[in-house]
Amino acid sequence: MSKFPKLTLTASVTALMLSAPAWAGEFGLGRPALPEEIAAWDLDVSPDGTGLPAGSGSVEDGEMVFAEHCAICHGDFAEGVDNWPKLAGGMDTLDREDPLKTVGSYWPHLSTAWDYVNRSMPFGNAQSLSPDEVYAIVAYILYSNDLVDDDFVLSNENFAEVELPNAGGFIIDDRETSEAHFWTDAPCMENCKDTVEITMRARVLDVTPDTGGDNAAAAEPEGAATVTEAAATETAAEPAPVEAAALDPDLVAAGEKTFKKCKACHQVGEGAKNKTGPMLNGIVGHAAGAVDGFKYSKPMQAAGEGGLVWTEDELAAFLAKPKAYMKGTKMSFAGLKKEDDIAAVIEYLKSFE
Amino acid sequence: MSESSGKHSPSRRRFLTSVAAAGAGAVAAGAARAAGPDPLITEVQDWARATGDGVDATPYGLPIEYEGDVIRRNVEWLTADTISSINFTPIHALDGTITPQGCAFERHHSGAIALKKEDYRLMINGLVDQPLVFSYADLERFPRENHVYFCECAANSGMEWAGAQLNGAQFTHGMIHNMEYSGVSLRTLLEEAGLSAAGDLKDKWVYVEGADASSNGRSIPMEKALDDVLVAFKANGEALRKEHGYPVRLVVPGWEGNMWVKWLRRIEVMDGPVESREETSKYTDTLEDGTSRKWTWVMDAKSVVTSPSPQAPITHGAGPLVITGLAWSGRGAITGVDVSMDGGKSWQPARLAAPGQDKALTRFYLDTNWDGSEMLLQSRARDSSGYVQPTKAQLREVRGLNSIYHNNAIQTWWVKANGVAENVEVS
Repeated sequence: MSKFPKLTLTASVTALMLSAPAWAGEFGLGRPALPEEIAAWDLDVSPDGTGLPAGSGSVEDGEMVFAEHCAICHGDFAEGVDNWPKLAGGMDTLDREDPLKTVGSYWPHLSTAWDYVNRSMPFGNAQSLSPDEVYAIVAYILYSNDLVDDDFVLSNENFAEVELPNAGGFIIDDRETSEAHFWTDAPCMENCKDTVEITMRARVLDVTPDTGGDNAAAAEPEGAATVTEAAATETAAEPAPVEAAALDPDLVAAGEKTFKKCKACHQVGEGAKNKTGPMLNGIVGHAAGAVDGFKYSKPMQAAGEGGLVWTEDELAAFLAKPKAYMKGTKMSFAGLKKEDDIAAVIEYLKSFE
Repeated sequence: MSESSGKHSPSRRRFLTSVAAAGAGAVAAGAARAAGPDPLITEVQDWARATGDGVDATPYGLPIEYEGDVIRRNVEWLTADTISSINFTPIHALDGTITPQGCAFERHHSGAIALKKEDYRLMINGLVDQPLVFSYADLERFPRENHVYFCECAANSGMEWAGAQLNGAQFTHGMIHNMEYSGVSLRTLLEEAGLSAAGDLKDKWVYVEGADASSNGRSIPMEKALDDVLVAFKANGEALRKEHGYPVRLVVPGWEGNMWVKWLRRIEVMDGPVESREETSKYTDTLEDGTSRKWTWVMDAKSVVTSPSPQAPITHGAGPLVITGLAWSGRGAITGVDVSMDGGKSWQPARLAAPGQDKALTRFYLDTNWDGSEMLLQSRARDSSGYVQPTKAQLREVRGLNSIYHNNAIQTWWVKANGVAENVEVS
């Protein structure tokens, strides 16, 4: 009885020692990361430029690259579209009411802009830019902020020479000293102030979203009947995608999955709105460049005016290679490689009238 | 009424009726006499006669349909797109301290991605003795820990800096959740890769990065990394939800939510901070003179009354009333919460449901007898470091008017005589 546990123990210790790799920490778990793997993932760039790849890009090139990949959200002059971030302007506004914080007015390090554009942009198509394109975009952002001239070329060699205006504008968290008076042994319990007045009311401002059921709770009682009725209507109007007779439900479902690639820019279904791209309800069979309220590229608009209609065939060709199909389109999407995906997405789009 | 006909409306209708009744002056204290026999008692109801669902009806259960209002909500005008946006935990409708994953707030920068455990890799590189790659299965073989922590977005209550804006605790304070995490301490993983190559650890940093398209990354000082940071793969006993970083996220107790990197894929030991976008252009705090604080990682002590509140009005008139809320601090445990009914003129201690836990939510109650008159309801938290939650005026005095993050000010709900509550700011 006593022998077996011992034997097992010895065996497992031997096994552990045999399998324990040379680098082993305490557990010997995991495997060494290969240099190629580290190179693929370790992309971050530090303020001193550590991590920058060799390369360069001019303001002039940057203007083109920016127009193609960035302007749809950030505007042609980096001034920002809708709620998307403004990248330029705002100099000397940090000590004023509602400061405008941009790469030029606020960001302390140029490395941050390079690193972010390189790793996280364009939105919906991250890590698709070459180092030279990133240098060019960053050069253009500097130019948009009046920090360099139009003949400027940014490279890994002159990168460290660029200092941003707000480089010295930051201090390390000082709450423990500047707010030391919030640490107090005996907070006031009685007669803490003479009078209390309401100085601002959220309901006067009225920016709270309609919260369905809960909003009824937030409403004043006299509004009760109306609110209940409204809620009943809401329930009746559950989103029900209108399905044309011949739709293949499996293909629609597959298309819904593929459409995830499009969702960063396009909305579809009940309440769909124009976002970075136009809303796509009823797009199959619809004239090109004609969704209400969307600002199309000139070529797309012209094609629509010239009679282009998004038949399934035309749409399939566009989705396969958007930029080859329509030179100058704003759609910064590389295209769907698989024909099955294209067919599925079109079927999915057909399910929304 | 059969149970199926009341799909959405019963709670609403019940509320409206009772508020109307309260408004009409039916606020008699003490037990009221029934006008007649209650048919819910005297008549055999459908549910008491027929059978219900079998055990295989819902292999993974969702809340019953009558709780359909208890959901996350977003504020559309806040952000350009829901893919890079935030929604809010319905804290007004919850009790206790643990936030169910299904209604815990979400914040993504490039949308919630679907990443399989089999496709998951975690790399540790930089100033380590041996750069390593772990699979998900590898992580499960390290000694595991369980801890309950709150995760609060630094921008929670950010919209309220300008004054009372959003009418509901969900919107003013709902960028918070509190879960029990199971995972491996970051220290264990760093030591597995070996830290002797890093030399003196005092001035070293750890950069953590996610696998999603936003590649969100934050720099954490080594001291914190070796203290209580957790590489977590379970929350409240089950796998993390997709929207919270499935299969693996970082847990950085007491520090702002943006550092709790989701879909964690890389940990790099470094000489200094990366100064990434999320730690320079965002999550920094501009003061009145235009200089900005950086590295404001700790979430200060804060509390809010969750009920009554604008989305959770008093529906029963005068008499016994439970005032309840949540308190938390990134500097330690909650030691006490005071409640004021007169806008901060006088305060009384609330009852903590359980002693405060380190960097976790604490539930408080004030069991009171409401006289039916209007209240300016506030709560004020104290923590184990001696910090007392300040008023918004006190915060503005130090920080000016241009803050976005770290609003931990005392919140005021104006509860009217009819029980309806509104978000207000008071002098």
